[in-house]
Amino acid sequence: MEVFSFLVSGIFTALEPINIGLILIGVTVGLFIGAMPGLGSVNGVAILLPVTFLVPPASAIIFLAAIYYGAMYGGAISSVTLGIPGASTAVATTFDGRPLALQGRASLALVTAALASFVGGTVATVFFTLFAPLLATVALNFGPPEIFALMLLAFATFVGLGGDDIPKTIFSICFGLVLATVGFDTISGEPRLVLFDIQGFLRGIGFIVLAIGVYGIGEMLWTIEQTRGEITTTNPKMTAKGLVSDTKEAVRRGWKGTWIGSLLGFFVGVLPAAGATPGSLMSYGVAKMVSKTPHEYGNGSPDGVAAPEAANNSASTGAMLPMLTLGIPGSPTTAILLGGMVIWGLTPGPRLFVDQSEFVWGLIGSFYISNLAAVLINLAFIPLFVWMLRMPFTILAPLIFMLSIVGGFAASRSMHDLWLIVIFGIGAFFLRKFDYPLAPAVLAIVLGPIAEPTMRQSLLLSSGDPMIFFTRPVAGPITVIAIFLILLPAFKILRRKREAAAN
Amino acid sequence: MKLTKRNFMGLAFAGALTALPVTAFAQDWQPSRPIDFTIMAGPGGGADQIARFVQSVVEANDMTNRPLIPTNRGGGSGAEALLHLKDARDPDHTLMVTLNSFYTTPIRQDGLGVDIEQFTPVTMMGVDPFVLWVHKDSGITTFEEYVEKVREMDGEYVMGGTGSGQEDSIVIAYMSGAYDLDIKYIPYDGGGAVAKDLAGKQIMATVNNPAEAKGFYEAGEFVPLLAFSDERMEAYPDVPTMKEKGHDFSYYNQRAIVGAPGMSDEAAAYYRDIFGKVYEGDEWQNYLTSESLSPLPMDEAETRAYWATQVANHRQLLSEIDG
Repeated sequence: MEVFSFLVSGIFTALEPINIGLILIGVTVGLFIGAMPGLGSVNGVAILLPVTFLVPPASAIIFLAAIYYGAMYGGAISSVTLGIPGASTAVATTFDGRPLALQGRASLALVTAALASFVGGTVATVFFTLFAPLLATVALNFGPPEIFALMLLAFATFVGLGGDDIPKTIFSICFGLVLATVGFDTISGEPRLVLFDIQGFLRGIGFIVLAIGVYGIGEMLWTIEQTRGEITTTNPKMTAKGLVSDTKEAVRRGWKGTWIGSLLGFFVGVLPAAGATPGSLMSYGVAKMVSKTPHEYGNGSPDGVAAPEAANNSASTGAMLPMLTLGIPGSPTTAILLGGMVIWGLTPGPRLFVDQSEFVWGLIGSFYISNLAAVLINLAFIPLFVWMLRMPFTILAPLIFMLSIVGGFAASRSMHDLWLIVIFGIGAFFLRKFDYPLAPAVLAIVLGPIAEPTMRQSLLLSSGDPMIFFTRPVAGPITVIAIFLILLPAFKILRRKREAAAN
Repeated sequence: MKLTKRNFMGLAFAGALTALPVTAFAQDWQPSRPIDFTIMAGPGGGADQIARFVQSVVEANDMTNRPLIPTNRGGGSGAEALLHLKDARDPDHTLMVTLNSFYTTPIRQDGLGVDIEQFTPVTMMGVDPFVLWVHKDSGITTFEEYVEKVREMDGEYVMGGTGSGQEDSIVIAYMSGAYDLDIKYIPYDGGGAVAKDLAGKQIMATVNNPAEAKGFYEAGEFVPLLAFSDERMEAYPDVPTMKEKGHDFSYYNQRAIVGAPGMSDEAAAYYRDIFGKVYEGDEWQNYLTSESLSPLPMDEAETRAYWATQVANHRQLLSEIDG
């Protein structure tokens, strides 16, 4: 088949000494950038973009893609060991990765994350290889109503995330949605909710600000209060034998989440405007929803680590697809890669696969190699990361605080964001005391800025008729499923009440 | 004493001897810390591409002794960037890459208190024209057919753009006024998203910069109908202009580098020298050609005059839209 001959030559391109060297450097750099809270693949790729002027375009994009990949692996590391998401794409990894670490199973969580990432990345690459042009057409058929329907589905899968307390979950989602509307309104072009007329709010509230506040500062305060700073969080041991048994356990208890994440993540990643963060959050929600043991989620389920980690790698590969075939970035990082391609004199778009096939297939070949390199390098570093956890919490707590502040500042270089991080952290601590789930708020601030404009664009298209979400062939079924899922808990409660009454 | 160039040099030389470490030439100002290179838009858009392109050229040729640090401050249609420059603590190390929200945002948001005429002109890198595009499946091949189609659909013709008061909406508003068209306008958050939804036929036409639509045009998906440039564009010689249709209207997106208000003359001269070299270099000239930008070199005084007319024009155009 033609595809395979292209692929083989692509893999050979990726295996050229300069390229393989760049892959190894890129993956390692990415791993550490991803592991730094606040710094994600966007920062890594943006900082190193000018360096790539020194090498040919194919090598340049292979290098940047390797950083992108490495960062997706690295994001899990601080999510698990410190409880702060290393990158926005790894927020969902903290939900179960952190509890596992607190139970002394950090190595299990990290191994699961690494393997799930590998599977997610590889599955996505295979899809990419086989169906790139077809999937590009699918992505084009997703207009505003379809994207909104998909966002509705994402919210629906998360209604159950906060446990049985649905009113508190809905409150949390609404709180996140309100935060998401701060700043400029795309549709009217007017500023909204510029609280106290502080200019910093014109930019809106970044997702990473809320995530670092809630999971960095909030989590630190919570742990201090729970333990009074007396106990060390974990007693991790790391042996070769342990690594083997962890691998076995990761495969046994994480395969389901891995598959869900790989497939869903890729699909969401392919859609322009979505990207890896919504993909990983949605995969977590879906994995929990279909699980036979949903109560394990949030308390250290390997599936709960595997789903978002598989999804963020899968989605990051998926996001390359609209970038290459349509010239539309599917995530902030691919937006910068796109800029890079223009700088190297390439025109992304429908003609790229034909005009620059060597470049495209070299990149695709490098996905396979980068993935393999990333999983091996990651596994090799796990003992080091686990060892970090041996520090007593009295040392770890100030370290988390410092990393949160430095990471929060590095992302936007704004003092305004730092104050918000501290305020959100303290707020999150108190909300948690009152048993409010915070993950739905984080989800809402990620999905809100996608859901709101697409809803309003759709209604503009239909002159205000909400039936547009039901009558379009792709949007219709998705909307119906989403509404059914939202109403499902209500049905359950009703049935329980009726049964109770009957008894 | 009359200060001729020769005895000025002599004075400078004497000055250099008496205070050796202090350099006396104006053009010898050098940045002493990393240079804040603020971008008025989010990552991935036209302004962002240009900023990163310029940064790469500077970096690759080792033109500055301190690095340019690009930071996207696209919030509030560029309001964030404008305020950042206005309140810059170190104006000598603060630059911005602009688009037309440089003119429109201060007009639309009086409360910001930004007067762009206080900013420091550095280098005009070029101007980006706008073109009206439709999808090839629409069967429309000329502007006249387009006008007929829009009238026929009576308010149901859907166009996408980057939002009310943004560049393309100004063009669309002018066109609608001139031809009495009733268009349904859907705002998006970037030119790329607009082009994508035209490719997916979610919308029927767009006014995009050539750079944003080029990939689809080359693949035969998009058909250009009308250019809003002063003269026919080199890359699209068969596309008529609005001026040929008898309307004295052209509209460009400004791609310029400006300095913070209060930047010292020495620093401004230094940056004009650096970016002037970038402008003349092959890399930039090739970029202008491949992305269909028009060159529009001007010096400081010309830039200030240009700003004044642009502010007046935009005030007029925006009052027509909002009024």
